[in-house]
Amino acid sequence: MIKIEGLKKSYAGRPVLQGIDLSVKAGEFLVVLGPSGAGKSTLLRCINGLALPDAGRTVIDGKVLDLKRGTRGKRPVAMIFQHHNLVKRLSVLKNVLVGRMAGLSSFLSMLQLFPRQDVAIALDCLARVELAQKANSRGDQLSGGEQQRVGIARALAQQPAVILCDEPVASLDPKTSRIVLGYLKAICKEEGIAVICNLHQVDYAVEFGERIVGLSGGRVVFDDTPDNLTSEIVHQIYPGLEDPGIARVLKPRPASQPVLAPMIATATA
Amino acid sequence: MSFGTLQLVLRPPQGRFGWWGVGSITLAALVFLWWAALGSQINASNLWNGIPYMVDFLVRMMPPNPEFLERLWRPALESLQVAVWGTLLGVVIALPVCFFAARNLSPSPVVFHATRQLLNCMRGINEIILALIFVAAIGLGPFAGVLALAIHGAGMLGKFFAEAMEDIDEGPLEAFRSAGVGPFKTFFFGVLPQVLPTWLGTIFYRLETNVRQSTVLGMVGAGGIGFELVSSMKLFKYQDTATCILVILAMVLIADLVSSRVRALIR
Repeated sequence: MIKIEGLKKSYAGRPVLQGIDLSVKAGEFLVVLGPSGAGKSTLLRCINGLALPDAGRTVIDGKVLDLKRGTRGKRPVAMIFQHHNLVKRLSVLKNVLVGRMAGLSSFLSMLQLFPRQDVAIALDCLARVELAQKANSRGDQLSGGEQQRVGIARALAQQPAVILCDEPVASLDPKTSRIVLGYLKAICKEEGIAVICNLHQVDYAVEFGERIVGLSGGRVVFDDTPDNLTSEIVHQIYPGLEDPGIARVLKPRPASQPVLAPMIATATA
Repeated sequence: MSFGTLQLVLRPPQGRFGWWGVGSITLAALVFLWWAALGSQINASNLWNGIPYMVDFLVRMMPPNPEFLERLWRPALESLQVAVWGTLLGVVIALPVCFFAARNLSPSPVVFHATRQLLNCMRGINEIILALIFVAAIGLGPFAGVLALAIHGAGMLGKFFAEAMEDIDEGPLEAFRSAGVGPFKTFFFGVLPQVLPTWLGTIFYRLETNVRQSTVLGMVGAGGIGFELVSSMKLFKYQDTATCILVILAMVLIADLVSSRVRALIR
């Protein structure tokens, strides 16, 4: 169970996150929707300490996550990036071992010596994304989709409680995107890892998300199942959106939904 | 403006002073060049009158004395040895310094600028001058040459190493940080693989330069083939001088060839 409480962050006086409260259960696949600049990336970076929040905290299974920069050692939060962020000239296996590296000896690592158990975990994670046969390929010999799967394996090797994904499929084609998100969802379910996944494609959000959080202007404007996502709310999240296709990916629903009205009202206010 | 069927197409100068600005800058540049020519006493007639003496010099060098090779191969190899260790020590000195000279890895801007200036100073002093200092300090011989090349080379290598690190993709470093990996392992697995090809290329380029430099270090008593070059000239044995120059040329060409081959291989 991951609880994010009262997260606030501003850059150069411009508020980016204005008090975010979220909780994600183990094994839950949460999608964060929102336009560029809504604070999706900042939210994830504040959760894992790549950015320091001005206020608020993250509690994982009852323990407050220490976000101080430079905190080393094993982390219960793993991250998957839009641009994979693999070391291209390193082998695939070593890229995955990065997920194990926090606990390992610097000296032995420098000699390219790794504990057998950690290598086994890394290989196992590679097998989970069906890339075991590529363990000895160089990072840049893989296709974009494969590189992102290695990114997933690296995050999984960290054996985290939560995996954060920052636009993991933004630079992939639709078919590859679906495969990558499929692996993520499977891992989420089978390992019971909570996933917080930033997306900007509404259709993937509806297809893969178990819960969708809409972010707009640094606030949560929607937090519910994809079934309750209406085209009004999509327009709320993406102001000025002109895309008649959006209605097609949303679940058809009865005409009026009074339950949602107050939420839209508060968000507009 | 047009000349018959031809038309002059020129974009008018965009600066505040228009054509007047361009004209005055051109004039200033010409005055500067004239001033520099006066100072360096550039003189076409001196060059013209000197041609017979140059021809005389070349004629006296002919043919190069092949017997001199016998005395030359030892100092030639010494020059090579000086170049190799000068390069290696330069790398050893540059490595710990270069992290502080990389804008993105340096702990603070003050450290960054201080380190860059230190490297500039090391690089700013010519090898021959450094060699003179080291000969005075530790005595005649090739080791003074090694130290001279190491100091000057470290200045250049440190700067190039640092610039290579400034150009890396920092995305992977973020991945290391979010996995909680410490700075040493982050450098070793995140930075080094990215800069290694550039670094090796720089080192081989430096080795090539050092081979060229090491052939003149002997002039100030810092070992190698340069000593033979100068003494043969002082004794007016120009045929020996010619042999020396040919050997130096061969060494430099071979170093150049090997270095560019190796650098092409790494890429």
